[in-house]
Formats: sequence, C-alpha cells, structure tokens
Amino acid sequence: MSKNTDKQVKTRHEMTKAEWTWFLVRKNKTAYFMVLPFMFIFVLFTVVPVVASLALSFTQFNMLEAPKFVFMDNYITLFLDDELFVTALKNTLIFAAVTGPVSYLLSFVVAWFINELPPKIRAVVTLVFYAPSIAGNAYLIWTTLFSSDAYGWANAILIELGIIDTPILWFQNATYVMPLCIIVALWMSLGTAFLSFIAGLQGINKSLYEAGAIDGVKNRWQELWYITLPSMKPQLMFGAILAITGAFGFGPVVTALAGNPSVDYVAYTLNHHLSEYQGTRWEVGYASAISFIMFLMMIGANLLITKLISKVGQ
Amino acid sequence: MAKKLRTRKHEVVLNRSVGGDAGITVILAIFGLFMFLPMYYTIIQSLKPMDELFYFPPRFYVANPTLDNFKSLFNLMADSWVPFSRYIFNTVLISVGGTFGNLVLSSLSAYALAKIDFPGSKFLFQVIQKSLMINAVVTGLVNFITLSYLGWIDTYLALIIPAWGSTLGLYLMKQFMETNVTTEVLESARLDGASELRTFWSIAMPMVKPAWLTLIIYSFQGLWNMGQTNLIYSEQLKTLNYAISQINAGGIARSGSSAAATVVMMMVPILVFVISQSNIIETMGSSGMKD
Repeated sequence: MSKNTDKQVKTRHEMTKAEWTWFLVRKNKTAYFMVLPFMFIFVLFTVVPVVASLALSFTQFNMLEAPKFVFMDNYITLFLDDELFVTALKNTLIFAAVTGPVSYLLSFVVAWFINELPPKIRAVVTLVFYAPSIAGNAYLIWTTLFSSDAYGWANAILIELGIIDTPILWFQNATYVMPLCIIVALWMSLGTAFLSFIAGLQGINKSLYEAGAIDGVKNRWQELWYITLPSMKPQLMFGAILAITGAFGFGPVVTALAGNPSVDYVAYTLNHHLSEYQGTRWEVGYASAISFIMFLMMIGANLLITKLISKVGQ
Repeated sequence: MAKKLRTRKHEVVLNRSVGGDAGITVILAIFGLFMFLPMYYTIIQSLKPMDELFYFPPRFYVANPTLDNFKSLFNLMADSWVPFSRYIFNTVLISVGGTFGNLVLSSLSAYALAKIDFPGSKFLFQVIQKSLMINAVVTGLVNFITLSYLGWIDTYLALIIPAWGSTLGLYLMKQFMETNVTTEVLESARLDGASELRTFWSIAMPMVKPAWLTLIIYSFQGLWNMGQTNLIYSEQLKTLNYAISQINAGGIARSGSSAAATVVMMMVPILVFVISQSNIIETMGSSGMKD
C-alpha cells in the first residue's frame, strides 16, 4: 500500500501502463462491486459449465468415483461408434439449417411489411405474430390439429375432401414428423429478434428515405437494399445470434410433439442424446463431450454468420 | 439529377406501387392466419362443452360456450394429491424470485458496464455478448453437478438463483443505457458529490424505465414458461407448465381442460406484453449489436 501512495503524485505520463491501470482500478472500485454479484452468478452458471464440460469431456466420470482421464476416447466413440449420435447430429444440423435462416427471414420480412402500417394496427399485428413465441406450451394445440384420429383438423379436412379415407398418424409417421416439428418451430420463432427488427425499422431516420428518393431510388426494393438494410445492421446482427442460438436448442418441443424417441429416431436431436447420457445413464464424461460439441457448433455458426453480416454494405 | 418529390399534407410520399401494397397485404394475411389460427383454436377448444369437442368435422366456432373446462381444471387436479393451485403458486414464486434478483443484479452491472469506464469493462461485456450465442442446453449438465454439490437440487433455489445470472436482460439494459443516459447528467451529479450508487439509483434508473420493464418481462416470461426439469423431482415443487403437459397427456377426453389450462398459462405473458408493448419496442430500438 505505502508503495502506491507515494506514487499517486505522479502524472499519467510518468506512470507505466500497469501503474496507470492499477490507478484506474482503484479509482473505480465501486464499479467492480457493482458488477461483482452478477458476474459471480454468471461465471458460476455459464462460464464454469463451458470450461468444465471441456475438461470433463476427456474423462470417464459417473459422479461417484473420481474422473478417469481417457483423452479423446469419448470423441472417438461418438463419431465412430455411436450411430445414434450421428443421427442426432444430422437431425440437429438439418433442424438448425432450416429453422434458423427461415425464422430469421420471416422475422425480418414480417417486421418490414408491417412497418408502414398505422401505429395502432401495427401493434395488433405485432401481437398476432409475437404471441405464439411467449404462449408457454400453446404449441401443444398442434397435437390436436394434427391428431391421429378424425377429430384432428388436418385429418378431418383431408377426409372431407376425399383425399384420404383413413386418418394419418401424423406425429407417428416418419415422413411427417420432421416437417411438422419444423413448422411448429417456425410458428413459435417470431420472438425477440422480430421485436428488435420492428424497433430497428422504426428507428431509421425518415429523411434518409427522402434523400434516397431524390437520389433516384425507384421503389421499395431498392429502398430496402440501399437504405434500410445498411441502416439496421446492428439489429440484423443481434437477431441473427438469437435465431441461430434458438435453432440449436430445439429438443423439448420435439419431445412434447412426437415423443422421445420419436418414431425411427427421425427427429432425435443432440438435445435428446445429451439428456439420455446425463439423465438416464449418468455417463458424465461422455455427456460432456456432447455438450462441448454443441457449444462449438453454436459458437461456430454464430461467429461465421456475424462475420458475414458485418460484411453487408462494405 | 434531383427530381421533384410528391407530397401530401406536406409529407413526402415515397415510391409505393399499388401492386406491391396489395401483394404485401396478401402475404401478410396468409402468414397472419398461420400464426393466429392455432391460438384461436386453442381458445375455442377451451370454451367448447364436452359434446362439441367430439363433432366431426371439428368446428371453428362454439355453439354454446361454457366455462366448464376451466372449472373442471381445478376439480381434475384437486383429486390428485398436489392441488392445481400449488402448481400456480410454485410458478409464481419462481418467476417473481428469479426476476427480482435478475433485475437488481443486471441493472447494477449494466450501469457499471455502460457508464463507468473501468479496466476490464470491455472484456466483461464481450464475454456477456458471446454468452448470447450459446443455449442453456450446453450448461445444463455441469449446472446439475454444481447445484447438487450446493445441495439445491429439488429446492426452489435450483431454479431461482441461476436465473439471476441470465444475460439477455443485462445486454438490453446496457445497450439502452448507453444510448439514453447522457454522460453529462451523470457527470454533474458526480460533481455535486453524489456517490456512484446514488447516481445509479436516482439519476440513471429513472431514465431507463422501458429497459427495466423489458428485463422484468423477459425474465418473467422465461421462468413462467419453464417446464419439466431434472432439477426438481418432488411433485409439490413442480411448475404449471409441467402440470399442463400432464393434463394434455390425458388424450382426447381431456382436450377441453387441456386447452383451458393452456389458455390460463398463455394469458399471463400475453396480457403483460399487450400492456408493455410500446416500452419493449422502445428498448429494442437500442438492442443492436455493434461488433
């Protein structure tokens, strides 16, 4: 301490970088106390798990005995000796590759379409599109709409029209499970990103459009490309991250709609595989490897896409 | 090159073709129906008396609306040894407890990260931004181990405390503070001798009401909709969402009460959103991510 007190008389130029940093740290003590409680919980429940699952993924661990180091064994088994993992990986990738981009586009297109509506009507339309994403397990109604008997709506209509004579077992039929789950996922995917886009579009300075019109922007498409999209890049970035992250976390909804395992494992995702090993079998090391692979996929997809979006308009 | 702009009531009329307007309206209507019909059908189902639930083909309206399904919901669950009201109580307790802690911790951090330039603040915010890129699925396994070492498995704490560290609300609030709280106001308060905490509480917080409302709603929605989890196994600690999926598993005979339960469940977040929509949209105005 005493060493530091006599240094305080020094000016910025006389200090080394470390001394200056230390001075700022002490000056802003309160700031550290303000972030500390949040950071403690955040690190404990978000950062530690990621690091720990990387560490545990190189071990065999059942929570009773000490973890045993096995290096890459878990990863080797996953890719070479676990057919279900490969199925789950494939399904998860298909799922994410369809729902992520489509929900992103849908969010943007709808936000853009309703942007010029009068405020009152816009508020109502916003609610109609946003409601499914916050409505708890309202998605269960899809099991009624596509129920396996003639009381389900889809079957009733098809029977009435004479297209089929016996009800289709929608959620038990390998052909339909995946597309139906994707439809339901999209139905409930207009969430935060959608609201962010609405706000972003509202926030664009109107004079930009007028200036654009003077400079020869001919229609709404040119306006979208030359003015709107470049102006809301930050929102596009934020929305992309939410869309991607959401697209990878899709397991519980599949379970509720099609059961787990779904027929022939057609909608079996990494999420399911993970809960099998962490919940049922207690192979923590193996489950950690699955967790860490999911982490890498999410981070990888996000960094790639945000890099692409940051190039828009450059 | 400049051309004359059309104006109406002194407002510039931008280039809009009639065909484009019509096309957009049609597409919007189709998407809108796709979103709305399932919600509408849920509400209709919840109001149908037993005999109407079994009409063929299923109907899109109710001839004799009744609240029986809602009443039977409470009766149905009264027979089980955990009363339905207990699930509601659990859900409310978890939602309120988790949201309150998240609000307090997040706003303190958001203020420090947005308005105090301290060594490490940029790095911390980068980590928080990156955390938006991962889903809770990834952290679930280790969190289970952590919580079991803490002895919190099968207690409310296992659901409430981790929610305090949820980052989306903090992210939105920090961004909002950055654009809406001017540094000059804070500087003058600091010059007047106000402590950092005092400046935070009496100057910054009142200026960011839309942001904390948004944080409350987000946190609340997330917790309210929480379903079955491996962190809780005692029946009397389980949530509303879980109870509803149990009713739903009862099949067609219960489709009326199942729909009624879903309506009870979804009405809360939807009403909250209706009331606060303009505040949320205002907060989202600054939600953008600059790299």
